[in-house]
Amino acid sequence: MSLTDADRQRAQQIIARYPYAKSALLPLLHLAQDRDGWVTPGAMEEVAALLGLTTAQVLGVCSFYTMLKREPVGRLVVSVCTNVSCLVNGGGELCEALKGQYAGDSDVFVEEVECIAHCDHAPAFQVNYDFHGPADAAGAADVIAQYQDRRLVARTVSGTAVEDVP
Amino acid sequence: MSPDAPTTPHETPVVTEFLRERPDDSWTMAAAREHGHAYATLAKAFQMGPEQITSQVSDSVLRGKGGAGFGTGQKWSFLPKGVFPRYLCVNADEGEPCTFKDHMLIERDPHQLLEGIIIAAFAIQTDLAFVYVRGEFALGAQRLGQAIHDAYAAGFLGKNILGSGFDLDVVLHRGAGCYIAGDETGLLSSLEGERAMPRIKPPFPAAQGVYAAPTIVNNVETISTVPSIVERGADWYNAMGANRSTGTRIFSVSGHVERPGNYEVELAHTSFRDLIEGLAGGVRGGRKVGFFVPGGASSPWLMPEHLDAPLDMDYVQGELKSMLGSGAVMVFDETTDPLLVAWRLSKFFAHESCGKCTPCREGSSWIEKVLYRMAHGQGRADDLDLLLSFGNNIVPGLNAPFAQTTICALGPSIMSPVVSLERWFREPILERLRADEARREEAVA
Ligand SMILES: Cc1cc2nc3c(=O)[nH]c(=O)nc-3n(C[C@H](O)[C@H](O)[C@H](O)COP(=O)(O)O)c2cc1C
Ligand code: SF4
Ligand code: FES
Repeated sequence: MSLTDADRQRAQQIIARYPYAKSALLPLLHLAQDRDGWVTPGAMEEVAALLGLTTAQVLGVCSFYTMLKREPVGRLVVSVCTNVSCLVNGGGELCEALKGQYAGDSDVFVEEVECIAHCDHAPAFQVNYDFHGPADAAGAADVIAQYQDRRLVARTVSGTAVEDVP
Repeated sequence: MSPDAPTTPHETPVVTEFLRERPDDSWTMAAAREHGHAYATLAKAFQMGPEQITSQVSDSVLRGKGGAGFGTGQKWSFLPKGVFPRYLCVNADEGEPCTFKDHMLIERDPHQLLEGIIIAAFAIQTDLAFVYVRGEFALGAQRLGQAIHDAYAAGFLGKNILGSGFDLDVVLHRGAGCYIAGDETGLLSSLEGERAMPRIKPPFPAAQGVYAAPTIVNNVETISTVPSIVERGADWYNAMGANRSTGTRIFSVSGHVERPGNYEVELAHTSFRDLIEGLAGGVRGGRKVGFFVPGGASSPWLMPEHLDAPLDMDYVQGELKSMLGSGAVMVFDETTDPLLVAWRLSKFFAHESCGKCTPCREGSSWIEKVLYRMAHGQGRADDLDLLLSFGNNIVPGLNAPFAQTTICALGPSIMSPVVSLERWFREPILERLRADEARREEAVA
């Protein structure tokens, strides 16, 4: 059981917004990820039951989208862009350095991503989907440290503001 | 208009006017209402009625700002008469590499977008609109969510808006990370709770879209422009620009420029040079432009000799065999390796291909592999021709405008970097490939 009663109530409100319940699939997967920090197999079963789908259908959709994590990723997801405007401004080096620096840290998950539409701040990155950059490796590590000791408030790993999680 | 007509480097803010004026609170209901910025045009729109709004939008020659540049009023008029329910979907997926204007609009002027949604929904006579927001835009979703909440509270959404008898609900739908949800049919699949796989057209969304019902899909910037057109009239809008490139567009300029950012300029009377050298301050470090990508990763590249071309959609397509696409202008200095940029863009397409069509799925990853070795000193003498022969299976003939063997336009987009290499860099690349091969043979011997 991963969804709380408040989550279930929220889930029903979300489903009611759509003409067809299945449209609520992505929002409910975000909700599950807000709760658990990743989309657990149990959550997929629960979401399937709420929408009258099979677990395989839910997994099939879940596995298509990069923000939905099917393994634990820790509290902070750092997404580093290496697409062209970042590439020519040091994005590749930034990504490699951060991957190295946090390799053993189970709380910080560094991933290479495609353009996050923050190219005017290249090289750009996001921490739990809040924008940062431009930064070199030391500057980025400083930003991450502020999230680690909670001087900066991180969103959930699905990018939801903490006050919006039921 | 000819490419040598005089131009001046200045901005003409229409959709970006308010967010520039109120940098500290432009996204709040209080600020939006203070100077009659948002929602002030609703009464006029309700009085005009759906047909008059649609013809106003048609007369303005407003064209879609998401990439394809289709006439907005014309699209709305394609809805089959008398078929209900029907839906409006606003495309806020903004995944085209180096495009960063739409999330600025939802983060910093969500009420202007909502006003546009209400007017567009009334014009097409739907009572349900979706805004599909790219999953990674956390702040945008939060600000738009708050704006929707405040608009319900103020009576601009919900039942009987301003006593007009018109009802509208707006649903904010967050994506979860995938470029192909930006294609309008991929968006509809995703909104239905499926993988975001595009669908073959026809039927076009206006005939059969989400839930197989008539659906209008429009970009954020397109819809954000609608209130100004209704307020000030079609003639005001189409007096800006020229030909079939009227009004303004926001261009996202990035790469090696001094002042990367979003610039809203008048179409046709502004040139790439005005944008890149004037507004964005030119290339950093006193270097020169090597090449530039004029309209997102999907558009064929242009060269320094094209800098004086006007930002006119038909001119860029017809004369330069490229496109203004999503308005993303990526500038690379003369020291940039075009093979490296081509490889990275092809890696993007390979990663984002949804896998439904064989030429796109297989072609994108093979092209990425070959470009990787070409860019990293491992090229073979005939690699460029090898790429063109793969490409011929995706874009038969390889001539602009691209034909396609695939369901959506991502397939042909893969060929834009390759065709650009062939067009502008063939000889130096062949030389480099021959040198790579010679070096390898020497090492073996
Ligand atoms: C692969 C692909 C990706 C696209 N991505 C976007 C996008 O992120 N945002 C957008 O508005 N349009 C995007 N489009 C264009 C849409 O299919 C559609 O033409 C547009 O949303 C229509 O709105 P408009 O007429 O107002 O431009 C994309 C198209 C393709 C083929
Ligand atoms: S062209 Fe590519 S992205 Fe588009 S539907 Fe086919 S496989 Fe998917
Ligand atoms: S290229 Fe890195 S954010 Fe756009």
